[in-house]
Amino acid sequence: MGDAAIKIGGKRKSVFKDKVMEILPDGGNLNACLTCGACASGCPATGLAGMDPRKFLRMAALGMDEEILSSDWIWMCTMCQRCVYVCPMEINIPQLVYNARASIPREERPKGILGSCDAALANESGSAMATPVDDFVFVVGDVLEEYQESQPEFADMQAPIDKPGTEFVINQNSREPVTEPDEMVPLWKILHLVGADWTYTSKGWAAENYCLFLSDDEAWKHLTKQTAQAAEEVGCKTFMNTE
Amino acid sequence: MRKTFGDPIAEDIRFVVRSVVGEENFIDMTPNKSNNFCCGGGGGFLQSGFKEERLAYGQTKDNQIQTTKADYCIAACHNCHAQIHELSHHFGGNYGVVHLWTLICLSLGILGPNEREYLNDDLKQVNVFHPESEM
Repeated sequence: MGDAAIKIGGKRKSVFKDKVMEILPDGGNLNACLTCGACASGCPATGLAGMDPRKFLRMAALGMDEEILSSDWIWMCTMCQRCVYVCPMEINIPQLVYNARASIPREERPKGILGSCDAALANESGSAMATPVDDFVFVVGDVLEEYQESQPEFADMQAPIDKPGTEFVINQNSREPVTEPDEMVPLWKILHLVGADWTYTSKGWAAENYCLFLSDDEAWKHLTKQTAQAAEEVGCKTFMNTE
Repeated sequence: MRKTFGDPIAEDIRFVVRSVVGEENFIDMTPNKSNNFCCGGGGGFLQSGFKEERLAYGQTKDNQIQTTKADYCIAACHNCHAQIHELSHHFGGNYGVVHLWTLICLSLGILGPNEREYLNDDLKQVNVFHPESEM
C-alpha cells in the first residue's frame, strides 16, 4: 500500500479566482495553467512589483488572495492580452487582473485613473478632461473656419456635429480639441478627400474611457451607452472608434 | 487593432504605411503583430501614478524601436503616442513619434505648417502646404 495522501493543513484563505471564473466564459480557463511561463517570458510587466503573470495566476490558484489583491502590480499590467495570445491554454490572466482592480474599494484605486473617470462622469461629453460639450462644439467650429479660410483648397471641408443620417459617426480623444486642436485637421482632410460622409456627436464625443481602466463597470457602461445612444439618435450606420 | 480585428487588419495598415512612406522606408519591429509588446501606455498606466514602473515597462518597447534604427515610430492611438513619445526622450533614442494621419497628409502634400507638432527637424520644412499660414 502506498503512503496516505499528504493533506495541506489550514483552510483556503479565500476564493477570488473561483469568483472570477464564475463570470468568465469557460471560466477564463483559469484552472488550465501548465506553468510553462510563456506568459511571463514575453510580458513587459514581468519583474515589476516582484510579480509576473504566471506568478499572479499561481498565487491566485493557491488562494493567496490577500497577497495578490494588495499588490500594486494589478495597476502595472496593461491588460494587453499578449499573455492570452501566447498561452497554449488561452488563460485569461488580464480578466483576473481586471477583477482584482474591481475588488479594491473605488476610492482606494489610483487617484489619477479615478479622477479621469470622475471627470468623464461630470458632464455629457464623457471626457477625461471634463471638457463641456459646448467647448468641444466651439473649438471644432472655430478650427474648421480657420482652415477653410487659410487653406482654400479645403474651403468645402466639413466637421459636422450631430449631422443626421451619415455613414460614419466618429469620436475624438479629448487631447486634440483641448490641447492641440490643429491635430484634428489632418483627419478631417483625409475624410474630406475620400468623400466620407461623417459626423461627430455632441453628447459622448470623447473617445477615451478611463472608467474601463478603473474597473468601474457601471461607469464604463454609462459612458459607452451615452456615446452609443448619441450615435443612434443621428442614425449612425458605422461607428468609428478612433481611440 | 490586432486585439479586436486580428492580424489581417494589421496587414491592411501596413499597406497604408508602405504606400505613404515608401517600401524602402518601412521597417517592421520584431516581434510584431499579435506577438508584439505593449508599450505600457494603456490600461490606465499613464494615469496610475507609477511612473518609474511605467518607464521600466516601456523599456522593452523602446529597445524594440531603437533596434530598428528607424527615424520615426507610428503610434495608432493616444495612449501609445503619449507613452512612446516619452520613452523616446527618456531613453535617449529621440526618434519621432507620429500619428498616421500626419504621414498620410504629408505624403499627399496637404500638411500645413501648424499640423507638424510631432515631426522632427528633418521633415518639419518638407513639402509644407500653405506655409504662409504658419502661426
